[in-house]
Amino acid sequence: MKIKVIVTPKNGVLDPQGKAIQQTLNSMNFIDVSEVRQGKYFEIETDLKDEKDAKKNVEDMCKKLLANLVIEDYKIL
Amino acid sequence: MKSSVIIFPGSNCDRDMDVALKKFGFKNKMVWHNDNVIPKSDLVVLPGGFSYGDYLRCGSIAAKSNIINSVIEFANKGGLVIGICNGFQILIETGLVTGALLRNKYLKFICKNIFVKANKTHNKYFNKIKKDILELHIAHNDGNYFCSKDDLKSMQDNDQIAIRYCDSNGEISEKSNPNGSIQNIAGVFNEKKNILGMMPHPERVIDNCLSSNDGSYFFENLLSNMK
Repeated sequence: MKIKVIVTPKNGVLDPQGKAIQQTLNSMNFIDVSEVRQGKYFEIETDLKDEKDAKKNVEDMCKKLLANLVIEDYKIL
Repeated sequence: MKSSVIIFPGSNCDRDMDVALKKFGFKNKMVWHNDNVIPKSDLVVLPGGFSYGDYLRCGSIAAKSNIINSVIEFANKGGLVIGICNGFQILIETGLVTGALLRNKYLKFICKNIFVKANKTHNKYFNKIKKDILELHIAHNDGNYFCSKDDLKSMQDNDQIAIRYCDSNGEISEKSNPNGSIQNIAGVFNEKKNILGMMPHPERVIDNCLSSNDGSYFFENLLSNMK
C-alpha cells in the first residue's frame, strides 16, 4: 500500500525558497501570484495491509523524522 | 582532558576540529557514527560538514545514527557537547537544543568571517574570554535560526542565547545579520548550558597565519574551565 504525505512550512515561518519562486513567477508575468510556499512530498510504500494502521504508522514517521514540527506541518493524504 | 569528535558520512570539518583540540591540549579521539558507544570523554564535538548530503533536512539523518543515543546520554548526564555548523543542525534535530535552522534569508551559501558577541554569564564556553567581540568564520546554507516566541522568551530569561552576530564595533543590527536569524542568534545553549550549538567555526581561526586567531580564545577558555 502506498501512503502519501505532504510536508509544508508552518504559517509564519519564513520560506525563502517559496519567496524566490513567487518573485520569479511575478517576473515571468504571472502577476496574480501573491505567495508561494514550498514543501516536500513523500510516497511511502508499506507492507501493512490495513489503511488505518498504515496511516497511523506514517503519522509516527512524520513526527519522528519526516517533518520538523518546530517549522513544518504534515498532512497525510 | 579527553575529547571525541564524531564523524558522519559527509562531515568535513572533523579533522580541522581534531587539529584544533590537540593544539590546545585535548587528547582527542575520532569516533565513527556507526559505533554505539563514545569512548570516555570530557567533551564531545559534532563537527561541521554536510552529513548525509543534507538530505531531508540538514542534520536530520545524522540525528538518528547509532552513536547519537550515546551522545544524548552523555549530554543528559551533564557532559559538555559542542555542535558546530552541521553539528548545530544535528543537535537541533536531536532536540538537545531548541529551535530550527532555516535556509539563509537571501538563499546564498555564505562563506566569510563575521563578528559575534558572546554571552559570558554562567557558562563554560565563553565566561572568561577577555575579548568582547570575536571574529569567527561561517560557511553555511542553512543557518537562519528560528524558534517560537515562547521559546525565545524562555531562552532569553535563562541566558541561553550564546552568541549573536554583530559588526566589528559590537553593534547587533539587521545589517550585521548575515542569514536572517531571529535576534541575530548565531549560537544557543541548552537549559543547563552544558550543550552549545553554533553556526560559526572557531576551529577555522586558531592561528595568526589564518584570517583570525579568535577561535583560540574559545578553546583556551573551555580548557581552562575543565581543568
